[in-house]
Amino acid sequence: MAEAEILVFAEQRDGQLERVALELVGKARALAGGSRPVVAALLGSGVEGLAGDLFAAGADEVLLADHPTLKVYRTQPYADVLFPVLKERQPDIVLFGATSLGRDLAPRLAARLGTGLTADCLDLALDPQGLLVQTKPSYGGNVLVHITIPRHRPQMTTVRPRVFPLPPLDRARQGKLVRLSVNLVEDQIPLKVLEVVPRPQPTVRLEDAAVIVAGGRGMGSKENFKLLEELAQVLGGVVGATRPPVDEGWIGPDRQIGQSGKTVAPRLYIACGLSGVVQHTVGMQKADVVVAINKDPNAPIFDLATYGIVGDVKEIVPALTARFKELKAKGA
Amino acid sequence: MRIIVCIKQVPASLDVRVDPKTHNLIREGVESVINPFDENAIEAALELKAKHGASVSLLSMGPPQVREALRKGLAMGADDAYLLCDRALAGADTLATSYTLAQAIRKMGSFDLILCGRHAVDADTGQVGPELAERLNLPQITYVSKIEITGNKVRAERLLEESREVVEAPLPALLTVTKELNTPRYPTALGIMKAAKKPLTVWTAADIGATPEKIGLTGSPTRVTDVFEPPGHRRSEVEMLSGKPEEIAAALAERLQAAKIL
Repeated sequence: MAEAEILVFAEQRDGQLERVALELVGKARALAGGSRPVVAALLGSGVEGLAGDLFAAGADEVLLADHPTLKVYRTQPYADVLFPVLKERQPDIVLFGATSLGRDLAPRLAARLGTGLTADCLDLALDPQGLLVQTKPSYGGNVLVHITIPRHRPQMTTVRPRVFPLPPLDRARQGKLVRLSVNLVEDQIPLKVLEVVPRPQPTVRLEDAAVIVAGGRGMGSKENFKLLEELAQVLGGVVGATRPPVDEGWIGPDRQIGQSGKTVAPRLYIACGLSGVVQHTVGMQKADVVVAINKDPNAPIFDLATYGIVGDVKEIVPALTARFKELKAKGA
Repeated sequence: MRIIVCIKQVPASLDVRVDPKTHNLIREGVESVINPFDENAIEAALELKAKHGASVSLLSMGPPQVREALRKGLAMGADDAYLLCDRALAGADTLATSYTLAQAIRKMGSFDLILCGRHAVDADTGQVGPELAERLNLPQITYVSKIEITGNKVRAERLLEESREVVEAPLPALLTVTKELNTPRYPTALGIMKAAKKPLTVWTAADIGATPEKIGLTGSPTRVTDVFEPPGHRRSEVEMLSGKPEEIAAALAERLQAAKIL
């Protein structure tokens, strides 16, 4: 088993690779070491050009299924293309991003293959026997579990985006492109996609923001969230939140960070009026510099802060905004 | 039309602890409820029933106390319920669960639509729906936020990360639903009285003709090897800044500049 390959489903949408595809190729490369092959499966229409990035991220081989019926993701045609590939190649491990697409496709394939699948993993490691140890959250992130798939192959898993870093892209790296034959006929695919409507997104995606100003229940009101907007604006950042403000309707659900929201890794994270429960911190622990502002000196957020400020967010945040504005005006 | 709704009973509070010695979950005294997304699935089925006429069957797997969850669903307005209850089914992962549910559904007879919640809030996998669809060879539509039935087709809106997608599939089909779909009703007093008389069938593994190797822990490829509480994400040492707000702001700005963040 030790030499068997690690296969990554290289998710793309609208002809763009999802960042998680590269993260997983990088992780697969790290798990595989130098000896085991890392293979990426790339499905879509007119997506051959994306293979280069997969090689650069560490793939030895890219399996390309390029066909008009694969342009917009649908469960059945994607599963029908991948199933025979997995059956024939018998990879040891198959990784998917835990995106809406990955979590729709992976279980369909796991059931067809009769193998085990672990959802939404936060970490992957190999035990001394080479068995994949998958760390997944349970009970809303209150508990973590280790899961293994001892006897069935492949070991399948969906991995949450942003838990592994983007690997360095080595443009000199070469790989083998294998074209898969696709025998799909549109008329035989029962499900039709009638319409795709983009949902309004913040101008800068939380996941891509270098600076995030996040608020929790301690912000107290929708009004007070405006203070965070002002601070974020002067820093060129984006506002995020823990769950309570989202439940209260102070801010949209697309801004939620943590277990049931997004995972972020900005250079600067300013945590305002949030206590730092694990369900939240699991989504921001990879921030470089964390500034915590809370009136409770015992709030757990201070345990992972670089700089801590005990005080009233309604006084501290405007003071920060003012100071940063001053510096900006001086051209700092 | 017949609609089957798969439901799971979950703890009312997810605030569980882990016994540091045994690594078992400490769940004593925790009340059980219907998985919230499964209540959305029941509500959707009842709304379709009101609009198009349908019978709504509930299906669940678990220990005897799952009857309470099924009774609540019946009180909301479902017509009948099935509980798969057998020690041999215990410890099932999603693959074994989907096999077991598929066996039961085959025995339950014909149907037009299967509804599931998008995921259960305890295990949080979202895998049973798609795995069940695969086993029954049905089209699947996940993350559904709107459902319309016209003739022999279902049109559904899916809520994805950055888009809404409208898709159409022929019936029968399996849908997994989000909380954006509807607001589940509360059972009425009359509903609760009626529910007591509605049929609730309990089946064992043998009743559904399940192969012993495919059910419960034996039929589960995955193994939980450890359960633990997440380590606090502690950093080396926090530097506390104090003083008047302006002084704190100046001190922080200085440090962020030194760290080349500003």
